[in-house]
Amino acid sequence: MDVVYMDNNATTKLDPLVLDAMLPYLKELYGNASSMHSFGGAVGREISAAREKLASLINAAPGEIIFTSCGTESDSTAINAAIRSNPNKKHIITSRVEHPAIKNLYEYYAKNGYRVTWVPVDKEGVLDLDYLYRHLTEDTALVSIMWANNESGVIFPIEEIAEKLRNQDIVFHTDAVQAVGKFPVDVKATGLDMMSVSGHKLHGPKGVGALYVRKGTRFSPFMIGGHQERGRRGGTENVASIIGLGKACELAMANLKDMDTRVRGLRDRLEDGLMKNIPNSLLNGKKDARLSNTSNISFEYVEGEAILLMMDQLGICASSGSACTSGSLEPSHVLRAMGVPFTAAHGSIRFSLSTYNTEKEVDFVIENLPPIIERLREMSPFWKAAACKLQ
Amino acid sequence: MWEYTDKVKEHFLNPRNVGEVVDPDGVGEVGSMACGDALKLTFKLDENKKIKEAKFQTFGCASAIASSSAMTEMMIGKTIEEAEKITNDDIADYLGGLPKEKMHCSVLGRDALEKAIYCYRGDPEKKIDGNIVCECFGVTDKEIERAVTENQLRTIEDVTNYVKAGGGCENCHENIQQIIDNVYNKVTQIIPVKKELTNIQKIRLIEETLEREIKPALQKDGGNIELIDVDGDRVLVKLIGTCATCKASQLTLKNYVEARLKEMVAPGLVVEEVK
Repeated sequence: MDVVYMDNNATTKLDPLVLDAMLPYLKELYGNASSMHSFGGAVGREISAAREKLASLINAAPGEIIFTSCGTESDSTAINAAIRSNPNKKHIITSRVEHPAIKNLYEYYAKNGYRVTWVPVDKEGVLDLDYLYRHLTEDTALVSIMWANNESGVIFPIEEIAEKLRNQDIVFHTDAVQAVGKFPVDVKATGLDMMSVSGHKLHGPKGVGALYVRKGTRFSPFMIGGHQERGRRGGTENVASIIGLGKACELAMANLKDMDTRVRGLRDRLEDGLMKNIPNSLLNGKKDARLSNTSNISFEYVEGEAILLMMDQLGICASSGSACTSGSLEPSHVLRAMGVPFTAAHGSIRFSLSTYNTEKEVDFVIENLPPIIERLREMSPFWKAAACKLQ
Repeated sequence: MWEYTDKVKEHFLNPRNVGEVVDPDGVGEVGSMACGDALKLTFKLDENKKIKEAKFQTFGCASAIASSSAMTEMMIGKTIEEAEKITNDDIADYLGGLPKEKMHCSVLGRDALEKAIYCYRGDPEKKIDGNIVCECFGVTDKEIERAVTENQLRTIEDVTNYVKAGGGCENCHENIQQIIDNVYNKVTQIIPVKKELTNIQKIRLIEETLEREIKPALQKDGGNIELIDVDGDRVLVKLIGTCATCKASQLTLKNYVEARLKEMVAPGLVVEEVK
C-alpha cells in the first residue's frame, strides 16, 4: 500500500539527489577531515563546500555556520552559550509554544536560578509582541522565539523582534527548524544573533543540524572536545550527513518558489476540502500567517489517536495534538497556549505537506477522512447530544 | 507509536456492540471530553437476570475503544454478580495486554460497568468518595488508593498509568506518594504479631479457629473434625463423616487444617490424626 505522507513537519523524505551526494562518503571517501593526509583533507574541502551551500541559503558567511548533530543540539548550544556569555544576567525570555528542545531547557533553567518569562499567544497562535516588549529588562540575557510553529504553522515576526532588540545587550536566538527550506530566510537582513537549523526537516538526512552564530556574538561551546568547527563544536564530523545537508540546502533554495505556490495551493485545497465536508471542524492557527504547508484542524467530539490509526490503515500519515499521542496525559501545550478548549484539542490533526505531495493524494484524503470522522462520531457519546442540540 | 496487540487493533477497527441499548436496565457514564476519555455503557437483562445485551459509546483513543468493546463482550451472558467481578486487568488480559500508559483505558471500562450496575440496583448516584487529590484530572484519594491496592501499584508513574492522577501539572505527586506509602504500611500491619501463648490461650484459640472456620468448611463437603487433645505443639484431631474415608484427608489435614492453625494460632503447631 502506498504511503500518503503528510507529516513533513515531523520529518521529511530524503531527496534522492541528497542520498547520491552522501553515498561516496559512506563508501570510499571515509577519511577524517582533521587528518593530515590528503585522503582526509579532501573530505575537509567537501565539508567546507557544504558549509557554503547552507550559508547561501540563509545569507550568512560560511564562518558563521557550526554543524551539529540536530536541531536540538543547535538549540542547546545556543541557549547555553547565551546564558554563559552573560553570567550576571538572570532573566531569559521565550514563548509558550516552543518545541520541547527550547521549552524543556528553559524549564531546567527556571529550576536552576533563572527567572523565565513565557510570552503568550492569542487564540490564533499569534505572538503577543507587547507582552514581550513589556518584559524586557536590564537583567534580560536572552530572547529565544521560534520562527515558525511546528504545530499550528504560524510564522512569528522575527524581523520585527530583531529590530526591537538591536543595540540592546540581549542575545536574540531563533529556532528556525521549521522555517528554513519552507520560506526565504535572511539572517543578515534580519539581524539575528543565533539561529538553529535541522537537516531532516528539509529533505536532508537525520542526525545533522546547524547553528548560525553571527560574527561578533559571544560564544562558548556546548560539545567540548577536539578542534572541529574551529573549536566551537568538538567531535568528528558526521561527514556524509553534512554533505547531505549541504546538498539539501542547495535543492531547498530551488524549491522555495514551489513551496510558496504549488504546495500552498495543495494545502489550501486539502484544508478547504476537509473543512467543507466535515461539520464541526475548527482551524487552529491564523489562516494567513502560516507556513504554506501546514494545516491543523480540530474535529470535534472525536479523539486524535483514533483518527490517526484509522488513517494509518489507508496509509495516510499525519499527527495529532491529542493527549493520547503526546506521550504524557496532556494535550499539546501549543494548542493549550492558544486556548483551544480540551474538547477540540483532543481531536486535532496536523497535516504538513512537502513538494513531494500531489493533488491525487490530497483528493484521496479529502475523500477518505470524512467517513472516518463520521464512523468515530457514531461511536462517540457526545456527537448525538451535540447533533440534537444543533436541531 | 504504541505497540498494540492484534486483538486491540481488531477491537478498535471492528468494535463489537457499538451503540445504545433501547430501554436499558443499567446506564453508566464515565469520563469527559476534557479528560480525553469518555464511555457510556448500557445493558439489558433477560428473564434469568443475565446480561443479554450490552452496548457502548466511547470518545477516546484506540485503547479506549478496544477496552469498551472487550468490556461488552465480557459482560454479555453473565449475571450482574458475575459481571461485577470483572477487573480492569481482566479487560487488559482479554485484549492480550495494553501498553502501561494505556491501562487507564481499561480502568475506564471497569468504572463504567460499576456505575451501570449501581444505576441498575437503584443505588443513589455514587457520591464522589474521598477528596480530590489530582485537580487536573479530578481523581480522589479513594480512587488512587483503590487502584494501588487492586493492582499492587508501586510508583507514582504506575498510578498515572492507571488513573491519570499526576499526569498533568504534577503538583499532587507528593500526595500520591503518601497514599502509596499508606497502602503498603497498612498491609504490613495486617499480619498479626504473634506473642507467646499460654496453654489455655492456645487451646482456646485452636478451638475457636476450628469452630469458626475449619469445621464449617469441612461440613460443606459432608465432613467434620473433632478436637481430641492438645499436647504441647501437637494437635490431635479426629476426622468424621466423609473426611474419615476421604482419600484426600491427609492433604486436607496438612495443607488446610494444619496450615490454618499455624497461621492463626502458632507457627510450630503440628496436626495429627487420631483414628
